[in-house]
Parts: sequence; structure tokens; C-alpha cells
Amino acid sequence: MYGNAYIDPNEKANLILAEEDPQKLAEFEARIDRGEKIEPKDWMPKEYRKQLIRMIEQHAHSEIIGALPEGTWITRAPGFKRKLALMAKVQDEVGHAQLLYSAAETLGKSREAMINDLITGKSKYSNVFNYPAFTWADACVIAWLIDAGAIINQVANAKGSYGPYCRALDRICTEESFHLKYGHDNVVTLATGSSIQRDMVQGALIRWWPPIMHFFGPSDKISQHTEILMKWKVKMASNDDMRQQFLDMYVPKIWDLGLSIPDPLLKKNTATNKWEYTEPDWDEFKRVINGDGPCNAERLAVRRHAEEHGRWVREALNNVGSKYIVPLA
Amino acid sequence: MIKSLDPRVTRAQIEENNTITPLKDLDQWETYEVFHQKKRGDQHMHVGIVHAPNAEMAFLFGKEQYGRRGFSVNIWVVKTRDVFASEYDDSDIFDTVPEKQYREAGGYKVMEKINKYKKGV
Ligand SMILES: [Fe+2]
Ligand SMILES: [Fe+2]
Repeated sequence: MYGNAYIDPNEKANLILAEEDPQKLAEFEARIDRGEKIEPKDWMPKEYRKQLIRMIEQHAHSEIIGALPEGTWITRAPGFKRKLALMAKVQDEVGHAQLLYSAAETLGKSREAMINDLITGKSKYSNVFNYPAFTWADACVIAWLIDAGAIINQVANAKGSYGPYCRALDRICTEESFHLKYGHDNVVTLATGSSIQRDMVQGALIRWWPPIMHFFGPSDKISQHTEILMKWKVKMASNDDMRQQFLDMYVPKIWDLGLSIPDPLLKKNTATNKWEYTEPDWDEFKRVINGDGPCNAERLAVRRHAEEHGRWVREALNNVGSKYIVPLA
Repeated sequence: MIKSLDPRVTRAQIEENNTITPLKDLDQWETYEVFHQKKRGDQHMHVGIVHAPNAEMAFLFGKEQYGRRGFSVNIWVVKTRDVFASEYDDSDIFDTVPEKQYREAGGYKVMEKINKYKKGV
């Protein structure tokens, strides 16, 4: 899941290209215009490398941290079959993190450095995982709707310009289709079940709707910076466009189940063909992404615990003759 | 101690402000390139990398990461540093020229000659 990196809209745009070699830059941009991919050892602008590392790294962290709220329910999933399925899904998410860390490290940041930045709170990850999964129904809503949002984002990014990221995303998207079906099946089971089950899934939807609306991030400011990232095919769709696409695809499916969405303003404007909704609370988004959400502290403490307690195993296995070089593709 | 919704986390007795020495270089070992064969008769194909301390572990991780859905019949792992690869910057080494038509099947056009011969011109 979850590749929507948070980009600071206030970053100075005019300095981005200041020191780049104009001829190399022109060749680089021509390659992207021709629809060719950039590979790890190609020349690339510093800003391209920096933004891709940030984006892929955040995406990887989101997969790792995203395994925690869902993992919460593995031991208590209702029935053996759902337990197996949830374990398989969580394993996929952790696998996605591995694929993404590998893509990011081809750009020159080591996996150790990325993990260090995650556990010290320096790097971000998708904000939705700073919220708790109170009930089994929360885990079901996450698997359906958060993964649905992630798929929209990942399908868009898979058409980007950086080869290793695209290859990782193609592989990831294949697995996500199982997550989506699995999540939908779980939500449908609850929504078409007893009144207790319906209440449970309705409650979860009410809790998760604000984070879902936050998922794609605030409206992109029309800035030179955003324009360059789109031209370089680092950013493939605006946050608002992805949010609209999500609403288009999933609101009807939610309403089909007779569930209500906690936003009285939510409706499709038939004249503009766009969804209208209550503007999400972006102050809360900023507060939570900067560390002050219900689960931020727990998520990072759990990761630190896992890294620290696994260290002796990694060290025991380490091979004296090892030598790291950046992977090829 | 963290009181979590996840009973496993609560049982692990984790301090909220626990600290950790940063991971050192090679904590995550070196990398192996993974190749798989989709079915007998196909070429092996590069699928990605894994971090591993040795070939056996790389094989285990490679199988788990790339082969857990039954899409492979065979897997190879190779240390990244043992791969000798060309540079994209030197991709002109693969360029060819039109004069090298003699290497191509399309460089040989006999039908014209045969037809001419048959017509007796
Ligand atoms: Fe994922
Ligand atoms: Fe997923």
C-alpha cells in the first residue's frame, strides 16, 4: 500500500535546477519525454534523486508500519480461514516494503540509513497508520478502502519514469488485487450479516472516513516545484485527482451496502462531474503527521523494539567477508 | 509500558521512549540478484534483489519474496558484486550500422532474382 509521499509545499522552487548541467538536463528530460525509463546509474538531476528517495522511502516505511494496525488482528481474526488470509496480506505488505527499500537504495541511500530515519522519527510514513484499528471491522475497512486508495496511487506511479520503482510497483499492484478482494469480501460479510456486524462495520467506516479523506494529502499548490516533478514523471497525478478517482470508484460501492458515509456534503455534482465534500481537517493531518497522533509513539517504539531484539540474529549471521555494493536494478 | 490494542505488543512490555543504537553498515548484509524461471523451457529472468548474509539465506528470502505464489519453477541467486554489467553510458557499444545488413535475414532478397529468371528476361 500507500505510496503517497508528503511534500513540503513551501520548499524553494527556484533553486532546484540552479547547479545542473543544462545539456545533461536536456538529454535527461528528452529521454523521459520519449517515454523511456531512467535507470540507477544514469545521470539525473539532484532534485530528481532527492524526491524519488524521499517518495520511495516513505512508501516503504508505510508498508512496514501499515502491517502493524492490521497485524493487531491476526491472533483474533474470526476463524481459521480469515486468520490465514490476513497473515498472507500482512506478509505481502512487509514484502512490499522490501521491494521498495530495494528500489530506493539503487538511488544511493542504504537500507540501514532508511531504517534509522524511520525509527528516529526523521522520515514520514502514511498518516493513516497513526490511527488504531479498534475492532475487527476496522481491519476490514483498512484492507478494503485504504488498499483501494493505495492502488490508485500505485497504479499511477507505476507509469512514472524511474525504472526500479516502476518494476517494484508492477509487482506490488499484482498482489494488491488480492488485498482489495479480500477486504471487500470481509466488509460485505459484515454489512450483509447480523445487526451487530452491520453496526460494527458502520462504526469502523465512521472512524476511518477522515483518515481516508486525508490519505491522498492536501491539494497540491500549483507551484513550479510540482510542475517539475510532474514533468519528470516523479509525481503522476495531483492529490485531488486521485481523491476524486477514489470517490468515483468506491462511494457507490459503499452506498450499495447501505452504509452511510459521515459527510453530509458528500455528493457528486452532475454539472462539474466532480465530487463535493467537506474539506478534510488539514490541521489535524499536520498535527498527526508531525508526531502527535493516537498511535505515532507506539508504532515507532514497536519498530525500535523489533530492530533491537533482532539485532543479535542479524549479527550472528553476518559474514566477515561481506562487502556492500549498490544493487544493479 | 505501552498498553496496546494489540495484546502481543502489550505482552512484549515495550517502553514508549525506548532507545536503540543506530543500525551500522552491513547490519542488513549485502545484496543478491534473484532470477527465476516461470516454467520449464523458459529463460530465467531477473526479478529483483534480496539482502542476505550468504547464498543459502538469499535463496530462502528470494523464494519467499518472489516465489511464494507459485509463479516459479526454479530460482537462482547471485551476489550483486559478482555481476559484471555494462554501463548505460556505454550503450553505444550495442549500436549497429545499416551496412551490417549482411547479418540480417532481411538483407537477403532472392525473390526478385528468381522472378526475373523465370520470366527469362
Ligand atoms: Fe502494500
Ligand atoms: Fe495492500
